[in-house]
Amino acid sequence: MTDALTTVEPPAAATPRGGGGGTLRYVLSKVGAALISLGLIVVLGFVLFRVLLPGDPVRTLTRGAPVTPEGAAALEREYGFDLPLWGQFTRYLGNLAHGDLDRSLVFKVPVAQKIGERLGPTLLLVGVGTLIAVVLGLWLGTRTAWRRGSRFDRTATGIALALWSAPTFWLGLVLLTATGGLFPSGGITYPDTPPDFLSQALDTAHHMVLPTITLVAVVYAQYQLVMRSSLVEEMHAEHLLTARAKGLRDDEVRRRHAVPNALLPTVTLVFLHLGLVVSGAITVETVFSWPGLGLLTFEALRFPDYPLLQGTFLVLAAAVVVMNLVADLLLRVLDPRVRAS
Amino acid sequence: MTAPEPVERTPGPAWARRRAAARRAWGEFTRHRAGVLGLGVLVLVIALAALAPLITDADGVDVTRATGGRLEPPGGRYWLGTDESGRSVLLLVLWGARISLLVGLSATLLSIAIGTVVGILTGHFGGWGSALLMRLTDFFLVLPSLVLAIALSTVIGPGVGTIVLAIGVTSWPSAARLVRAQTLGVEARPYIERSRALGGGHLHVIGKHVLPGVLPLVLVNTTLAVGTAIVAESTLAFLGLGDPVAISWGSMLRSASNSGAVTAGAWWYLVPPGLAIAVVVLAFTLCGRAMESVLNPRLRER
Repeated sequence: MTDALTTVEPPAAATPRGGGGGTLRYVLSKVGAALISLGLIVVLGFVLFRVLLPGDPVRTLTRGAPVTPEGAAALEREYGFDLPLWGQFTRYLGNLAHGDLDRSLVFKVPVAQKIGERLGPTLLLVGVGTLIAVVLGLWLGTRTAWRRGSRFDRTATGIALALWSAPTFWLGLVLLTATGGLFPSGGITYPDTPPDFLSQALDTAHHMVLPTITLVAVVYAQYQLVMRSSLVEEMHAEHLLTARAKGLRDDEVRRRHAVPNALLPTVTLVFLHLGLVVSGAITVETVFSWPGLGLLTFEALRFPDYPLLQGTFLVLAAAVVVMNLVADLLLRVLDPRVRAS
Repeated sequence: MTAPEPVERTPGPAWARRRAAARRAWGEFTRHRAGVLGLGVLVLVIALAALAPLITDADGVDVTRATGGRLEPPGGRYWLGTDESGRSVLLLVLWGARISLLVGLSATLLSIAIGTVVGILTGHFGGWGSALLMRLTDFFLVLPSLVLAIALSTVIGPGVGTIVLAIGVTSWPSAARLVRAQTLGVEARPYIERSRALGGGHLHVIGKHVLPGVLPLVLVNTTLAVGTAIVAESTLAFLGLGDPVAISWGSMLRSASNSGAVTAGAWWYLVPPGLAIAVVVLAFTLCGRAMESVLNPRLRER
């Protein structure tokens, strides 16, 4: 939900503090910061779903459905509500260390198992969607910045702004209505598809078309607009004049001198706003019943299944933090300016 | 604050200068056609939303007094058709604007207020406290805000206030970063040093110099953020975290989706609320971008 339409400056996290230190120091500081973030997420997960949860925990877990006193006591023991708060926290940390996230109330299976089942579809959808969005966004952003003011720029920027303004889930619903049964309305495969790899892959691809289009439509606009403004700023740089004076052709100036510099803030922002992709995935998966982590979050939300919500919260937040760390480390390799300092 | 300078207290020349600057900025703003268009749309929508109880009959949004049939297509009596309980979709869109705009604006104000305070404090004071606060800001900046908002609102329970709180509490970090950068920029200027040398305390420097320098940027950021907040409101309402009775564009889309309007092909129920969101968000964005290019001449593209 955070807005990145206009903030082109690279975040301070991308520039190493103080300089001087070598690669090892940079890596260590980044890894350290990520570990602190992960720790904060773990604490936040506990505070949100244990400390702030209102009312009697067993009633909250069962949603007021009648339970026998023995059943209530068993539930209290299973989820550790009979322990004092500190004891609950150490139990939570211990369980987390073993990958144990308690048992889901809706699905009656361990939360970790359910999340494991749903991880694949989300990775597929988000991976393909982000890849297309990045390629499309960067390409259109470069083209529009280079020919800014042209009809192509006005059209493409206008479309991007309009798509960025529309809510993700609404685009999905409209696509569903507009295509009217041309594509499946939900799920990942039909149950009657033959089990061999090719048919399954084709069926999955068929199911993926609409969710992917929706996800791309919302995400690419941001990349395009950021790349455009980043490149527009870069185009005033004097080294481009030098490059032209040297006799380089226009697209060589663009490809070899302008785009690489403009690319870095954009790539940083792409990773910094992975949270946006996660938000998009939750709504897209909900609209298209795509059996991933987003739909799982929604299913947990409807009950509400607090252990499951806690699990999806931890996994989604941690995934974004880890991806950011990867981005920071990659940036070190890619950007000579960061490496040299 | 220690003995303020009497010279700086006289409002005369400073205010005349600010008025002139505001006039210049307005003149520059009116040269951005898209920005003026956005502003026009916003004035119109806000006026319609505010006047809704005067120009329409509130009974029309009451489910028990609905007069139309179920999911009637657009026609003479209902220009945009009816919803699943026979209410006019046009009327619902008009009334829905009230909550969508209200939530969008108040959530933005909350997040900008937090962001501005954090940004100015960390920019002005420095030290390990600020470093810690910035770490926290970076943490919240990276955290997927929808996930956090969902977590927060399940804990507080559904409702309009919950949505405001969830959006406000999750979307302040980008404002904080921007304000901090601007604060650092202002504080590096010589007139701050002069003010300090003349005995200006923290409150004086922040109130008289940093805040005026930061406010235009905050205004732009607010304008841009309202759009994001309105989309966030609709998403949270769609996921069922809003007040089930309150009519907003997001809750309309939720009802449309739940009542089978999608499979029934009832586009008249589906398209208007979403289009309303897109138009209003686009208007806020165009306005904000025009304001931004007034403030930052480097962005002026010609």
